[in-house]
Amino acid sequence: MRERNLITLVIIIVITLLSVVIIAPIAKPQFLLNLIFWQDARSRDLQIKQGLDLKGGIQILMSPDVGEGTTVVSGTLESARAIIENRVNGIGVSEASVQLQGSDRILVELPGVTDRQLAIDMAKRTGLLEFVDGGTNSPATKQVISTTYAIQQTLLYPVTAAVGKPIISNTQTISGASRIYNTAFTGEILLSNSRVDAQTGQIVVLFSIKPSAQQSFQEFTSSRIGQPLCIVLDSVVLSCPVIRSVLTEGGQISGNFTNDEARDLAITLNYGSLPIPLKIETVRDVGATLGTDSVRRSIIAGVIGLVVLIIFMLLYYRLPGLLSAAALLFFAITTLAIYVLLPVTLTLPGIAGFLLSIATAVDANILIFERFKEEIRAGRTLRGAVEAGFQRAWPSIRDSNLSTLITCVVLFLFGNTFGASAVKGFAITLILGILVSLFSAMVVTRTLMRLVFSQPSEALEQNKTLLGV
Amino acid sequence: MVYNMITLPTHTPWRLSVDFRQGSIFDVKFSETVTEDKIRTTFEEFGLNNPLVSRLGTEADNTWQIRTDFLQGEQTQRLFDALAAQVGALDQKQSSVSSVSSKVASEVTNAAVYAVIAATIAILLFIWYSFRKAPHAIRYSVCAIVAMIHDVLVAGGLTAILSTLFNWEIDALFLTAMLTVIGFSVQDTIVVYDRIRENLTRHRGEEFEQVVSRSLVETLHRSLTISLTNIFVMTALLLFGGASIKQFIAVLLIGLVSGTYSSIFNAVPLVVAWEERSLFGRRKATSDALPAK
Repeated sequence: MRERNLITLVIIIVITLLSVVIIAPIAKPQFLLNLIFWQDARSRDLQIKQGLDLKGGIQILMSPDVGEGTTVVSGTLESARAIIENRVNGIGVSEASVQLQGSDRILVELPGVTDRQLAIDMAKRTGLLEFVDGGTNSPATKQVISTTYAIQQTLLYPVTAAVGKPIISNTQTISGASRIYNTAFTGEILLSNSRVDAQTGQIVVLFSIKPSAQQSFQEFTSSRIGQPLCIVLDSVVLSCPVIRSVLTEGGQISGNFTNDEARDLAITLNYGSLPIPLKIETVRDVGATLGTDSVRRSIIAGVIGLVVLIIFMLLYYRLPGLLSAAALLFFAITTLAIYVLLPVTLTLPGIAGFLLSIATAVDANILIFERFKEEIRAGRTLRGAVEAGFQRAWPSIRDSNLSTLITCVVLFLFGNTFGASAVKGFAITLILGILVSLFSAMVVTRTLMRLVFSQPSEALEQNKTLLGV
Repeated sequence: MVYNMITLPTHTPWRLSVDFRQGSIFDVKFSETVTEDKIRTTFEEFGLNNPLVSRLGTEADNTWQIRTDFLQGEQTQRLFDALAAQVGALDQKQSSVSSVSSKVASEVTNAAVYAVIAATIAILLFIWYSFRKAPHAIRYSVCAIVAMIHDVLVAGGLTAILSTLFNWEIDALFLTAMLTVIGFSVQDTIVVYDRIRENLTRHRGEEFEQVVSRSLVETLHRSLTISLTNIFVMTALLLFGGASIKQFIAVLLIGLVSGTYSSIFNAVPLVVAWEERSLFGRRKATSDALPAK
C-alpha cells in the first residue's frame, strides 16, 4: 500500500516539474516543441498564448454579402477563409487566426495589429479583379464603375470565369452607373507569381497569364492595340494602361504606384479573388495598453486570492490544510501547463475562469476535510477516516462539479458560434480547471493524506487540534 | 422571497450593450481636454445622429465613451481620423471600438435565451437522474431550479440597480456571469441535497422533515466554508483585478452570495414543504401529531 502511494507521489512530482518547465517564460528546446504534433507548426512555441484582449489587436467577424435567399455554395466559404488567411500571413501578422464560425461566418483575429484600416482592408477586400475593356472613353483612376461581370456575370471570354459564381448584393449601388463596361477577363487568368519590379526606375507590378487563357488574352490585346485595358479591383478602377503591344504570357501594370500600393496589388493578384464578397458584421479592437494593464492587475489579484486561500486552509484545517496547499499548488501549475500545451488562448475572462476553478479545487478539498473531521469525531482511526472521508465525499464533489460543467459546455457552444472569444475563453479555462481540480483533489490530496496518515501515530491521535478537528 | 418582489420591477432599465442590440461603442482617449459638442458634431458628419456620449473616469483622464448606431467596419478608422482632426489629438493605443451589426446582435440575443433555457433543462435532467434513488426525485430538480431562478433574479435585479448607478452595460460577458452563477448556485444546492439523499437511506425510519433538518445542520458548516473561499477569490479579483472585468466579477460575486443563501433557505424548505404539502396550507395530519423530542 505504501509503495503504491510513493509511486503515485513520485509521478505527481514529475508532472509538477514538467509543468513548471512548460509554463516558464523561457525558450524551449526544439525536440520538445516537435513533440506537440497537434499544434500548428508555425506557432509552436510552448508559451502562454494571449488573447486579443490581453495583447491588443483587432477582431473582425464577416459574413457573405449576398441578397436575401441566395444560398452560398458550400466550400466557397472555406476557399474565402483560406485566401484571407494567406493574405494575412502574407503581410506578416504573427499568430493571426482566420476561422469559420458556424456555417456562414468568418472570424479574423489579428493580435498586435494597431492599424485598423489595414486590418479591415486585408480581411474584407474581395479582390474581385477584372480586366475591363476601357473602350473609347476610358474611366479615370479610382473611379467606381459598373462592369458586366460584377452585375450579370457575363464575360467577353467565358472560359476565364472565376471559380464559383460571384454573388452580388441586391442593394449594391454604384455611383455614376450610367455606363456598363464590358469585362473581358477576371483575375482567374493570372498565375500566382505577380511581383513588384523597380528595375526600370518606375515601380511596376509584373504579372503572368495562365497557359489556358493565353490564347484569349492574345486575341484580346491584338484586337485592341492603342486602347485602354482597365484593371478593376472591386469595381474601383486601379489603372487603365493603354495596350501597347500584343500580350500573350503576361505583362506589367504601371500606374504611378508607391511601393506599398504596388505591394498590396501584387498580394491581391497573387492570393486570388475571394469567391464571394464579404461584409463586416462586427469589429472589435482593443488597445494594447488596456490589455497589459489588466493582465498585470488580474495576475496580482489571482496571486493574492491564492495566498489568502492557502492561509485560510492552514489556519482552519491545520495539517490537512498544509497538504491541501501542496495539492493546490500542483493544481495551479498543472492547469497552466495544460493551457500552454493545448493551447488555450488566454483572455481576461479566461484568467477569471482559472481563478474560479482554483476556488472549485479548494471546495473539493474542503468537502473531503469536513468528512474527514466527521469520521474522526465519530471515532474512526486516522487511516480509516482518510478512506471513508474520500469515499463519502466523492459523490458530492462529482455531482456538484458536473452542474457547473454543464453550464460551461453551454457557454462554450454559445461563444463558439459568435466569435465571442471572451465567453469561449472563460468556458474552456473553467472546464479544464474543474477537470484538473477533480484529479488534484481525488488523487493528489488523497495520496498525500494516505502517506501522512497511514502510520498509526500516537502524536497525531492525541493532538487532534493539529488535524483541525 | 420578498426580495424578488423588490428586484423584479427594476428589471426593465437594463442597458443592453452592443452585443445584444446592434450598434457601435467607441472608447476614445484624448490627449487633451475636449468638449462634448465637438464630439457630437464629428459623429453627425457620419450620419450618426444623437450618439450617447459619456465621460469615463475623471476629468483628467480625457476618456469618453460614445455609443451610436451600427457603423460599417470600414468607417471606423475614418471616424477616428475625423475625431483626431476636428476634436483633439487622441491616443490610438488606448482607444477601442466595438461594432456589432443588427443581424449578429439579434442572433446573439436569441442564442442567449436558448443558452439559458438549455442550461436549465440540462441541469433539471441531471439532478433528476443523480437523485433517482431518493423518493420523488423530480421535486429536488424543480426546487433546485426555483432556487436558481431566485439567484438569477437577485443577480439580475441588483445588476439593474447598479447599472443605473454606475452606467454599466449588459454584454455577452454578463450572460457568461449569469450562466456561471446558475452553475455554482446549483452546485451549492447539490451539496445539501447530497447529504439529504445519504441521510434518507441511513435514517430510514425518520420523518422526512427531520432528516432534512439534520442534513441541513450537518452541511451548513461546509456550505458556508465553501462559499467563503469562493468569495475570497472573487473579492480579490474585484478589488485588485483589471477594470474590464470588474462588472463581470461583481455579478458573479452577487450570484455566489445569493446562491449560498438560496440553497439553504429556498431549495431545501421548498422540498420539505412540497413533501409535506404545506406549501398550499394543507398539512399532513400525522406530522402534527408528532411529539416534540
